[in-house]
Amino acid sequence: MKMSGSRALIESLKKEGVKVIFGIPGGAIMPVYDVLYDEKEIRHILMRHEQCAAHAADGYARAVRGPGVCMATSGPGATNLVTGIANAYMDSSPVIAITGQVATHLIGRDAFQETDIIGITTPITKYNYQVRRVEDIPRIVKEAFYIASTGRPGPVLIDVPRDMQTSVADVDFNVKIDIRGYKPNIEPHPLQVKKAVDILVSSERPIILAGGGVHWSKAYGELLTLAELLMAPVATTFMGKGVIPENHPLALGCIGMHGRIEANKSIMAADAILAVGVRFSDRSTGKVDEFCHDAKIIHIDIDPSEIRKNVPVHLPIVADAKIALKAIIDEMIHRGFKREKSEWIKRIEMLKKECEDSEPSKEITAVNAIKLLRKVLPENAIVATEVGQNQMWASLHFRVLKTGTFISSGGLGTMGFGFPASLGAKVAMPDVPVVDIAGDGSFLMTEQDLATSVVEDIPVIVMILNNSSLGMVAQWQRFFFGRRYSHTDLKGVPDFAKLAEAFGARGVRVNSLNELEQVLREAVKSDVTVVIDVPIPREEDVLPIVPPGKSLKDMIC
Amino acid sequence: MGEYILAAIVEHKPGVLHKVSNMFRKRNFNIESITVGACETGDIARMTITVQGDEATVEQVVKQLQKLVDVIKVSRLEPSRSVVRELALVKVYTADSKAKSDVVNYATIFRGRIVDVSRDSMIIEITGSPTKIDAFVELVKSYGIKEFARTGVVAMSRGLKSLKVEE
Ligand SMILES: Cc1ncc(C[n+]2csc(CCOP(=O)(O)OP(=O)(O)O)c2C)c(N)n1
Repeated sequence: MKMSGSRALIESLKKEGVKVIFGIPGGAIMPVYDVLYDEKEIRHILMRHEQCAAHAADGYARAVRGPGVCMATSGPGATNLVTGIANAYMDSSPVIAITGQVATHLIGRDAFQETDIIGITTPITKYNYQVRRVEDIPRIVKEAFYIASTGRPGPVLIDVPRDMQTSVADVDFNVKIDIRGYKPNIEPHPLQVKKAVDILVSSERPIILAGGGVHWSKAYGELLTLAELLMAPVATTFMGKGVIPENHPLALGCIGMHGRIEANKSIMAADAILAVGVRFSDRSTGKVDEFCHDAKIIHIDIDPSEIRKNVPVHLPIVADAKIALKAIIDEMIHRGFKREKSEWIKRIEMLKKECEDSEPSKEITAVNAIKLLRKVLPENAIVATEVGQNQMWASLHFRVLKTGTFISSGGLGTMGFGFPASLGAKVAMPDVPVVDIAGDGSFLMTEQDLATSVVEDIPVIVMILNNSSLGMVAQWQRFFFGRRYSHTDLKGVPDFAKLAEAFGARGVRVNSLNELEQVLREAVKSDVTVVIDVPIPREEDVLPIVPPGKSLKDMIC
Repeated sequence: MGEYILAAIVEHKPGVLHKVSNMFRKRNFNIESITVGACETGDIARMTITVQGDEATVEQVVKQLQKLVDVIKVSRLEPSRSVVRELALVKVYTADSKAKSDVVNYATIFRGRIVDVSRDSMIIEITGSPTKIDAFVELVKSYGIKEFARTGVVAMSRGLKSLKVEE
């Protein structure tokens, strides 16, 4: 079929099931936008910053556990995507980024708005393409989606020179792809499965450590079944938060620098660890030489390079999390193994009781606000966070009740991610309330997309835990730099309620928990975005904390 | 710490070398040398990479290479069970006749070839293991090396075992 490259691109995206694109047009991508002008099947959402386009695509991807698409022009449009792409890369999110590029004959001549986005994004994408022939577009798009969403997911960028958008060619959509260098291994080795079961059934104090990989492979059911068969408590990494309902008796919450006490203590006491879909990041393990060196570690991951990257393991299983867990369950059932309540579980139960969150007091604090939020929100609500104390308070005190409903920037720790990500999630799940738990510093990094949320009718709730400072940095200054508050005071600017109103959203500053509850209850039903400014004590700390470089045993509580 | 030789079959298309070298830089791995050349079928190329590191590092290097979409296959070559070769061109200053005859003699002993002669210099082409080339350079250094170029190693395991891509 004869058509332009732009048409071929859009048709290829439709064939991949794309319903939404988050983007901003510009010179080098205009021919594609011209096709989008009367496109009926794809909704294009005009963002106000390309970083937000990438984060929104990422939030969308995490909400549906599938690809999310963003689009930008060449040069500054493309470079504005970079933080969002890096963020998606660190958290293994299948973002497809499409960038315009100067025409082929201008590449390399420092043409207007030319930038080497392939060079720039090579270390932060799973793969990237520059289109060189219009005929290649259907194959490239198909490969891009395949690479982004299979194996360990990750962002893929497609750079489309302007002449490739305008040239007409005979395009065939009936393409088969076969990528010689990309064959993810999803089936576990049967012998490794048997060995894993040997370790697990002979252990006295088994624990499961589940990470983001469990989300991506949607292995929620298997995880729960196995935990119950084994009577093993489930701790998660931060990226794994919400792979198990956090009110489940076996759920321990997150380990790590700001992990829950019961999670850190339990994992350090375990004699066997089934780690699944985790990468043992320094924020999770604390001082790595002292991380569980007496326990036998079984490591399931689809990415072979994660095995022994950060910690030594006894038994690697390279496979998809869901398939591997299923195989382990089958082998245990085959052996007729089912553990009843053990000493270990009794110990865990005691520990959990000791660490139980107290009932919220009347004081308006971050922790109380978050507990209140949980009380008000329905189980299926999606919660995103910004970065800093707000994120760690959410990690510690917001109990995720439905799997896969917690979205946060783990690996890159990108301030400004939460709000655009919540917009992406809301677009994916319009019937579910979506909340961004924010800090005042973070929200101001991407707040301009309030315009998008209002104009495009994407109502979310932003709950700003306002300590008028770059709180997490200030906390470190308090703890580790002798209270020298170097450049962390935000001086109470802006007035967030007025800011929200200026965008046509609803903005409220609350002065008590009662008021907060009332506003939250209204916000859940609101058909416009609501920004709630919650003043919290300036020096409220996130506790516990494992000081950087210390073992998980050295928690300050 | 040791030196390891890796051979990788990669897609022969623009940008692949960049993706490979970028990965080395990003992961903080040290490349001693890297050579690339098209394979007999033309659509794939072979890279020979020598890296410094310990066993764990090299294991990571191999996995990170394999993870690259454009890398089709990677194998570690055991130096003792492989043929390892490098080629060098050495331009030596040979103004007097003694220097000329000495250098010709050394070249003969090292099975090098004189590929260019001018009034005051010679270019010797020498092939062999990197240590052989080092030894030759050491010997002729005193005459004055005007220019020196070496390719980096290519290597192949001995016997029938081979690194090939099934069609
Ligand atoms: C883009 C970006 N810049 C800087 C940082 C470093 N940083 C981490 S937390 C933090 C403070 C965040 O402040 P705020 O959003 O107000 O949240 P709080 O910690 O007060 O809850 C900063 C500056 C970062 N993570 N991301």
